[in-house]
Amino acid sequence: MHDGKSPDEVTISVGPQHPALKEPESFSLTLAGEKIMASSVRLGYNHRGIEKAAEDKTYVQALYLIERICGICSHAHATCFIQAVEEIAALDVPKRALYIRTLVAELERIHSHLLWLGVAGHEIGFDTLLMYTWRDREIVMDVLASLTGNRVNYGINTLGGVRRDVSQEQKEEILKAVDVLEERTRYYIEVASQEVTLIERLSGVGVMSHEDALRLGAVGPTARASSVDRDVRRDDPYAAYGELTFKVVTSDKNDVYGRTLVRVGELMESYGMIRQLVKNMPDGPVTVKAPRKIPAGEAFSRYEAPRGENVHYVKANGTEKPERVKVRAPTLANVQAVSHMLKDRYLADLPIVIAAIDPCFSCTDRMIGVSDMEGGPKRVMTWQELRSYSIEWHRARGIDFSALNGRFGVREKR
Amino acid sequence: MSGALYNVFQILVFPGLIFLMFFGLAAEYIDRKLHARLQNRIGPPWFQPLADFIKLAAKEEILPAQAGAAVFRFMPILAFTATVTAALYIPMWSTQALLSFQGDLIVVLYLLTVPTLTFFLAGWYSGSTYSMLGAARTVMQLFAYEVPLFLAILASALLADTWSLSGVAAYYSNHPSHALFNVIGFVVALVALLGKLEKVPFDIPEAETEIVAGSFTEYSGRLLAMFRAAVDIEMVVGATLLAALFIPFGMKGHWAADFAIYVVKVIAIVAVLSVLRTVFARLRIDQMINFCWKYVAPLAFFQVLLNLVVKGLLPR
Repeated sequence: MHDGKSPDEVTISVGPQHPALKEPESFSLTLAGEKIMASSVRLGYNHRGIEKAAEDKTYVQALYLIERICGICSHAHATCFIQAVEEIAALDVPKRALYIRTLVAELERIHSHLLWLGVAGHEIGFDTLLMYTWRDREIVMDVLASLTGNRVNYGINTLGGVRRDVSQEQKEEILKAVDVLEERTRYYIEVASQEVTLIERLSGVGVMSHEDALRLGAVGPTARASSVDRDVRRDDPYAAYGELTFKVVTSDKNDVYGRTLVRVGELMESYGMIRQLVKNMPDGPVTVKAPRKIPAGEAFSRYEAPRGENVHYVKANGTEKPERVKVRAPTLANVQAVSHMLKDRYLADLPIVIAAIDPCFSCTDRMIGVSDMEGGPKRVMTWQELRSYSIEWHRARGIDFSALNGRFGVREKR
Repeated sequence: MSGALYNVFQILVFPGLIFLMFFGLAAEYIDRKLHARLQNRIGPPWFQPLADFIKLAAKEEILPAQAGAAVFRFMPILAFTATVTAALYIPMWSTQALLSFQGDLIVVLYLLTVPTLTFFLAGWYSGSTYSMLGAARTVMQLFAYEVPLFLAILASALLADTWSLSGVAAYYSNHPSHALFNVIGFVVALVALLGKLEKVPFDIPEAETEIVAGSFTEYSGRLLAMFRAAVDIEMVVGATLLAALFIPFGMKGHWAADFAIYVVKVIAIVAVLSVLRTVFARLRIDQMINFCWKYVAPLAFFQVLLNLVVKGLLPR
C-alpha cells in the first residue's frame, strides 16, 4: 500500500464504494499520519448517456428522461431543459404555470437543503441531526407528493406549462407545512449556532477564499459561502422569480460552517418565497398548446438549482427530436474546488468537505474513462471496440452468443 | 469440592461470564433503544442484540490474506476474557467483590486497558489501511483518556485509603457523604468511559464515514461477534466500576434489593452515555486529545488535589 514516495506516506482510496459516499466516485488520498498531503478525484462510475439518449426522443419524452438526471434536483433539470425548448419554440408560458414551476422549485430546494443538512450531520458523526432533518423533510416530501403525485421526479413540467393545477386546499396545506418547517429550521439555526462539537467540526474546515472561489468557478451555496454574491434567481430571473422579493444569502466565513449557514439561510428565504407565490398566484390556464416539431434554433438556459447554477443547452433542427442536448450540472463546477479544499486538512475532514459542496456525481458524469488496474494512461474505447471486448470477455468464460445471431432481430454488424 | 464447584459456578455463570454476557446484551439494547428514541426512531426490539450475536456467530469467518492470522484470531478472545476477568474484582451489589486483594484496583485498570490494546493489535494485524489508521487512532485516543480515568479513580481510592476496590466500596458505603467529594471525578470518569467505549463524540477510531469501521473493518463472523460481546461487557464492567467507586449506595441491605439497585445504577450510567452520544457530533482526533488534556486531565488533577486536602481535614 506504500506508494514509494516517502515511507511515512500511505495512499488510501475512498471510493468507489465507501460509507461516506452515497454515489460511486473515487478519491485517492496520500496521507502522512492523519494529514492529507495530496488528493485526486476520479469520476465516471455513473455515466448513463442521457444526453445522447435524449437525441433519440421527442421533446416531451426527453423531458422525462432529463428529469431523471438527478434524483434530488430533478425539477431543476427538467425546468432548465424545458425553458430552453420553450425559448426556441417562442412559447408564451402562462403566468400561473410559471408560478407553479417556481413553487415546486422552492419546495425542491427545501427538501434538498434539509437532506443536505442530514447528510452533513452524518458525515461528522452527528446522526441525531440526520434523523431529525430527515423526519422534517418528510413534511415537504408529502407536500410535493400531493402537488405533483410523486415524491421525487415530480413530472410537473410539460412543454408549454405544467401538468397539474394547484387547488385552494393544496395552497392551505402548503402554508401549513411551511409554518411547521420554518419553526423547525429556526431550531436548526439554534443548534448550528450553539452546539459546540458541531461548530468545532465545521469551522475552519474546507476553506476556500473569495479569490479561489472565483478562480475555480464555484457556484451555488459553495460560492456564496465565500461571499460570491451570485444567484441566477436574482441576476437572470426565470419563471416567476422576477416578481418575488428575496435576499441572496451569503457568508464571509469561507468554510464548511459558512456553507451550512448559507443553506439554512436559504431555507428561510424559500419559506418567504413560497408564501409570496401562494398568495400572489394569478388565475388562468396552466399550459399552452405546444407544437410537436420545434423550429430550428438553439437556446441556453440557466437555473439556480439547490446545488448551484445549472446550465442546459438545446439545439433544435426543426424536427420533433432535439439535435443536441448539453447539461452542465452544478457539481461539475464545484468538484474542482474539492481537491483545493482538502489540501493540508485531516482525513477526518474529508467526508464533510466533499459533502459540503453537496455533490451529485451521477448528474455530473459525462463520460467514462477506461484506465487499467495497473495504471497507465486513460484510453477511449469506441462502441465497436467495447462491443467486441464484451463478446471476447464472455467467450473466454464459455458464453457464446454468436449462435443467436440473426435471431431475435440481433445481428452482429461487421 | 463443593466450594470449588461453587467458585466455578460463580466465575462461569453468576455473576461471571454468562450473567455478564446477558447483562451486556441488555445494556446494548437499552443503549440502542434509548439512542433511537432520542433520535425519533422506533429502535430495535429487545432481542435484537442477542439476534445480532447469534447471526454473526453463525456467519462465515473471513481471514484476510494479508492479515497476521494468529494475532487476528486471538485478539477477540483476549478482549473478551480480559473484560470478564476484570468484572471478578469489581464489587457489584455487595461491598465484597468475588475476588479481591490489596492492589486489585491496579489490576482492574490494567485489565480494562487490555481490550483497547487488542483493538490496536487487531487493527494493526488486519493488513488493511483503514484498519491500521483505526489502530493508530485507538492508541492515540488511549493516551488522551487513560490518564484522566486513572487519576479520577485513584482520587476516589485515595480518600478511601485503600488499593482494593472492595475496600473502596466498603469505605464509601460506611461514609456515603464522602462520595460527594468525588463528583468531579465521576464526571471525568464518565467522559473517559465514553472514550474507552469509543462512543460519539469519541468514536474516532471507528469513524464510519472516514475509515469504514477502523480496527474492525476486516472482522466478520464469530470473531466480530466476540469483539462486539467484549465491547458490550466492557460497557457493563465500566459502568459497574464507576458505580462502585462513585455511587456507593445500596450495598449493605438485603441482597435482592441491592441487586436491583445495582442494575438500576448500571443502566443509569449506560443511559447517560446514550444521551451524551446522541447530542454530540464526532470530534476529530486532534480536537479530542486537546479536549482531554486541556479540560479533562486538569479536572482530574484537581480532584486528586481536592481529595488530598479533604483527607487531611477529615477526622480519622
